[in-house]
Amino acid sequence: MLVLIGVLLVIVGFAIRLNPLIVVTVAGIVTALLGGMNPAQILDSFGTGFANSRSVTIFVAVLPVVGIIEFFGLQEQAKILIGRLAKLTAGRVLIGYLAVRQITAAVGLNSIGGHAQTVRPLVFPMAEGAALRRYGHVPEKISEKIKGHSAGADNVGVFFGEDVFVAVGSILLITTFVDTTYHLHLEPLQLALWAIPTAIAAFLIHGFRLLRLDKQLDKEYREYELTAQKETAGEAK
Amino acid sequence: MINVEAVYWLIGILFVAWASLIAADTNHPRRWGSSAFWGLLGLCFFYSTWVQAGTAPGWILGIAVLVLVVLASTGLLGHGKHRTTTGPEREAFAKRFGNKLFIPALTLPLVTVILVLAAPVLVIGRTPLLDPKNTTLVALAIGAVAAVVVALLILKPKNPATPIFESRRILESIGWAALLPQMLTTLGILFTKAGVGTAVGTLASGLLPKGSLIAGVVVYCVGMFLFTVLMGNGFAAFPIMTAAIGWPVLVQTFHGDPAIVFAIGMLAGFCGTLCTPMAANFNLVPSALLEMDNKYGVIAAQVGTAIPLLAVNIGLMYFLAFH
Repeated sequence: MLVLIGVLLVIVGFAIRLNPLIVVTVAGIVTALLGGMNPAQILDSFGTGFANSRSVTIFVAVLPVVGIIEFFGLQEQAKILIGRLAKLTAGRVLIGYLAVRQITAAVGLNSIGGHAQTVRPLVFPMAEGAALRRYGHVPEKISEKIKGHSAGADNVGVFFGEDVFVAVGSILLITTFVDTTYHLHLEPLQLALWAIPTAIAAFLIHGFRLLRLDKQLDKEYREYELTAQKETAGEAK
Repeated sequence: MINVEAVYWLIGILFVAWASLIAADTNHPRRWGSSAFWGLLGLCFFYSTWVQAGTAPGWILGIAVLVLVVLASTGLLGHGKHRTTTGPEREAFAKRFGNKLFIPALTLPLVTVILVLAAPVLVIGRTPLLDPKNTTLVALAIGAVAAVVVALLILKPKNPATPIFESRRILESIGWAALLPQMLTTLGILFTKAGVGTAVGTLASGLLPKGSLIAGVVVYCVGMFLFTVLMGNGFAAFPIMTAAIGWPVLVQTFHGDPAIVFAIGMLAGFCGTLCTPMAANFNLVPSALLEMDNKYGVIAAQVGTAIPLLAVNIGLMYFLAFH
């Protein structure tokens, strides 16, 4: 039970907003010491852990192309394009992306999107472009909210889409673990099938929230205008 | 065969290139700390190849990683000021290139997906062209390179190194968050080695009232959720919670259908992934990438979906898995 102190350190560290790198490193060292590892083994774990997990840093390979197309105005063009479509709102753009992301992930194409590949260069500028068309100006607070939901639509879409595909990591983890530990024989297809109800629920819940997002943004914009008016009135006096 | 190590070397080369740009930038407020951080990170990507192969000691890399953490968390890592195009300049470019700007953006996913789908038939002699264990990673890297080439051909920048200059701007806005996903994976490994998993499993089964099916379903799903929040992914949580509750209680005692119990249990864990800073690559890297003021803004946008969806999963498991 003593090793749970490491978990506690992580929670406290994140809660008081220390630099996450320090929190994670210190929690790792403390846990390993409590678990009876010696300093040489701990250093070795940090090394092999880094080497084995390089795949999560793959997003870096995408930055050069994103950099150059942004330099030449991709985000602006995405905004112009969306600005022409009168019926699109930020929420509707994101529902469309959620659907595309979930369906493509469900047929195994989860490498089609991602935060570096699609969210920053395309999805966020389009959603913000829709808001710009609607309000004429996008205050910082609204932009921040659209950013959060742009990344959120990507995550929800891919998490609850990919599990419907048979050859994805999480399904294979379940079958390998269960088959070797309990001598069952589970078919990946059965597991994928039973992921469908949750996938539908995820789309309905998140889609509903994105529809409501438009109303929230409307409300925030009205408040923003009111305070802006008050400020200018104050200055006039 | 294009090995996944080639992809990691490409990433390493990018880090070293960015580090040299920063070192050459005399106006950078944290010139030496920043270039040391990104340069060392790049070298770690190279050295890891031999650690992975078991031909070089891991502890040297371990020391380097701790040095990176110290550089990043003592304020030695900072942002440079970048000369990039201004808003009006970008609008003028957008007018000039129009929808052609989307071609490189679409080349990336298109090439990636085509390569992933075609990988089984891309065989030279008897060796597959793409590393079969890491097809997606290799395909994505090739797609990224192809997209840069297409962008250079279409946009014809004055300086062909523009992609490197401009990506340095994005990288510096991400900052230390770029290293966090790998550190969290390491933490997960240390947690597992030290026995955190078994401790949590014992705790969870201790909380469970005997003989109640609904309590079993709730503890399994909520346990998957909470454990995933702690560890950052459902993969670490699944074996522990399944050994503690999923298998002995839900399948053996209550005769639940294992496929349904385990599939939905994992998805309850995914709800946890939406709520945790420990899943840095999904929740913290994007907020850095989008230059948000609030690091936790992505999580804030997702919690409202994750909690109701967890409840739905509990209901689905209870009503579908036991008859």
